Amino acid sequence: MKVAKLSRLELTETEVDQFTGQLCAILEYVEKMNELDTADVDPLAHCLPIRNVLRADVPVESLGTQRVLANAPVRDEQFFRVPRILDEGSGA
Amino acid sequence: MSDLQYKVVVGLEIHVQLCTKSKMFCGCAVEFGAEPNSRVCPVCLGMPGVLPVMNRLAVEYAILAGLALNCRIARRTKWDRKSYYYPDLPKNYQISQYDLPLSAEGYIEIPLDDGRTKKIRITRAHLEEDAGKNLHAEGNYSQVDLNRTGTPLLEIVTEPDMSSAAEVRALAVELQRIVRYLGVSEADMQKGHMRFEPNVNLIITRGGRQYKTPIVEVKNLNSFRSLERSVEYEIGRQIDEFLETGRTLEIGNKSTRGWDDVREITVLQREKEEAHDYRYFPDPDLVPVEVDEAWLAEIQSRLCELPLARQRRFAEEYGLSAYDAGVLTAERETADFFDQAVRAGGEPKRVCNLLTQVGMKLANEKGGGIARLGPSTQAVAELAKMIDDGTVNATAAGTIFAEMVATGKNPAALADELNLVQKSDAGELEAMVDEVLAANAEAVADVRSGGKKAGKARGFLLGQVMQRTKGQANPKVVSEILGKKLG
Ligand SMILES: [Zn+2]
Repeated sequence: MKVAKLSRLELTETEVDQFTGQLCAILEYVEKMNELDTADVDPLAHCLPIRNVLRADVPVESLGTQRVLANAPVRDEQFFRVPRILDEGSGA
Repeated sequence: MSDLQYKVVVGLEIHVQLCTKSKMFCGCAVEFGAEPNSRVCPVCLGMPGVLPVMNRLAVEYAILAGLALNCRIARRTKWDRKSYYYPDLPKNYQISQYDLPLSAEGYIEIPLDDGRTKKIRITRAHLEEDAGKNLHAEGNYSQVDLNRTGTPLLEIVTEPDMSSAAEVRALAVELQRIVRYLGVSEADMQKGHMRFEPNVNLIITRGGRQYKTPIVEVKNLNSFRSLERSVEYEIGRQIDEFLETGRTLEIGNKSTRGWDDVREITVLQREKEEAHDYRYFPDPDLVPVEVDEAWLAEIQSRLCELPLARQRRFAEEYGLSAYDAGVLTAERETADFFDQAVRAGGEPKRVCNLLTQVGMKLANEKGGGIARLGPSTQAVAELAKMIDDGTVNATAAGTIFAEMVATGKNPAALADELNLVQKSDAGELEAMVDEVLAANAEAVADVRSGGKKAGKARGFLLGQVMQRTKGQANPKVVSEILGKKLG
């Protein structure tokens, strides 16, 4: 199932059945909302009536290498160690 | 094959790192070369429950760049999450801007080799956060450093308006000049502050028919040279491929190739453009940004004269060559220095020569710009005036400039101290000319005869006088005296 694959989830057969049913119910509900006429309504990007929450460009103390790596499953000196990245597509 | 003609079509995506002190959505310092994973906090790590907060300066820098790129600035913009599956951005998404970019529909004017300029349209420029770095380690592992994670990036996308590798390079260089002038990025290639992704294809005409080659996106370019070379390489490769296979552009056959800097070739990375499923959706942790009139006006007031306009002004107003104007406007500090020295009374061409022929060399040796060399703009203007009124010659001025840098003394004092003041006193020089003429009767006769030896003999006599004064006579004055005496 595509959603499971994209979310990197391993599901058992019974779970797949269970979640398929649940997701269908959600989709049906969303479908129902589509019946509403929203032609005159601006899309909502955020549910709170606030904007421009900004901070000044002032650096603050970071955690430091040791604390950053404290919960790493595997580390390699000052780095996180991860399975070799084959795809060069990384990088923002 | 002989009837094959082609047109190059290139669009460019550029990532520019903005030079804020802290990251885009957290207070971690942006610092190149810091200890790995030392500039990282729970926001960078994507820990549950953290709340990102926008860096005001990053937003303002992005708007400033958008204004300089003649873009329409969005009055209302928001943040979107873009799915991302690499460990250098551990929260599994990148905060970016999808359908409401901060700026759009602009253009950049680039200088061409023949002196003309060309407008390249800018599709959009939006803010986003950078990923960290994946490094290849020994064995079957990669190392991850998250220091760069969350650094503010401006992604600029152009329309496919460039039609040669040289134009692509010119755009990259011009963009670097602009963001440096604005002070929004250091744009240091070595530090990866500018990354390029050109989209290249060709429109081939053969036998009266037109064919478009499949679009190739080239990745992994972080120097002007590799950018230009990769586009050149792609042009050749795509012609070859077309001749061999006849493949043409179709939906979904865009491919991605990486640049191999050692072999100077592009290497296939992904054959087909996967239907990218980024699953964009508005980031619920971040509120929208609204740019009102007052804020926009305040940012607009920080715009400076842009490099190309300045280069034109230097050429038109001061009569400098296109080349000199280009050299002086490459860095804003140098251009400012030049402007101020001219305003302090220095003749533009003299000041230009002093800066380009002497100052820049000294600055390079010292490892910094002209503005940080030491001598003030007034002192340089004064030195230029001393050349103009014949107090010193150009060579001596070079020596004086170097001493100004070394000692901080003013040019007039140094000219005296170093005995570099030209003798322009006509009376004193006249006596010397008389002596030389008396001692070189043959040369005098040659000049007076007006024969073919005359020019050479005149030069010889001038040289004799200069030698007597140890090169300190003003050659213009000596020449005049000689002319008067020899008729
Ligand atoms: Zn952080």
